[in-house]
Amino acid sequence: MADVRILEVKESVFANNDRKADELRDDLKRRGTFLLNLMSSPGSGKTTTLTRTIEALRDELSIAVMEADIDSDVDARTIAGTGARAIQLHTGGMCHLDAYMTEQGLDGLLAEGDGAPVDLAILENVGNLVCPAEFDTGASANAMILSVPEGDDKPLKYPLMFSICDVVLINKIDALPVFDTFSMERVRENILMRNPEATIIPISAKTGEGIEAWASWLRERVAAWKRA
Amino acid sequence: MHELGIVFHIIRSVEDVARQNNIHRVSSVTLELGEVSGILPDYLADCWRWACDKKDLMRGAELVVEEIPAITRCEACGAAYGTVEHGRICPRCSSDRTYLLQGNETLIKEIATPDEEPV
Repeated sequence: MADVRILEVKESVFANNDRKADELRDDLKRRGTFLLNLMSSPGSGKTTTLTRTIEALRDELSIAVMEADIDSDVDARTIAGTGARAIQLHTGGMCHLDAYMTEQGLDGLLAEGDGAPVDLAILENVGNLVCPAEFDTGASANAMILSVPEGDDKPLKYPLMFSICDVVLINKIDALPVFDTFSMERVRENILMRNPEATIIPISAKTGEGIEAWASWLRERVAAWKRA
Repeated sequence: MHELGIVFHIIRSVEDVARQNNIHRVSSVTLELGEVSGILPDYLADCWRWACDKKDLMRGAELVVEEIPAITRCEACGAAYGTVEHGRICPRCSSDRTYLLQGNETLIKEIATPDEEPV
């Protein structure tokens, strides 16, 4: 039997991705592109919210969107309908995006449109409240959408997701009269227990209620990032 | 399902270490995984075999997982208890002022290589 040599590594399994994410953040800073990582469970209204967001901000910011899904390009087509630059990423069965995949997507996105500068790039992550929270994508800010029909207990069940988000949008508030067990007060408590720093904005992507508050949060965030 | 992504990142890290140390074969990789790290060793093992067989450096490499039990400490009464059994609420004094002492680890501890002369 040949002898075996042991090498100590002592490094997190996520360290490699975290390094890549930091590199990507530096690179985006140089290019002047703010990257928003948008996460949620499937069916929470990510694409409809995005469409509203683009409508609210497209006159002042140049916006591009990366749609990540396991399969199909229905979301990228919807976004392209708003006139924003959009590309579809397929994760090949993977339940999340990591910094390496985000970098590839961004390269593709920024190359399109003859390399015209992008102020705001939005990554629509795979619909899932677990895995995307564990992989830093290199984003400048993390946002998530929790919709009313999902219930106000989700921050208790998926604490990591809520703890890494800068902003939580509570979507489908037009459905509150029907889902009367959902308490806005309780959901706030549950979110702030996991993340005291989180900004919480109630919206309805369907009626447009709250979209202006969300758009101004994003507008200020991008402006502050550009000044820094 | 995130285990496949994690395996890719482990292999990238091992490749970096191998390059720095002029290693051409890896015979095993040892991980320290906390009981509540969210990584399932069984799924990890399935993805491991599939991904390693695609790389000369990793072909045949064994995956060794050392599991670290999850323990929560109560700030109110000082008790330490099993996280998986009792969750966030202290079973002794019912306080919710508790924090995870250990069990969230996701560490690549070490790699083993056949002790060959560097080529």
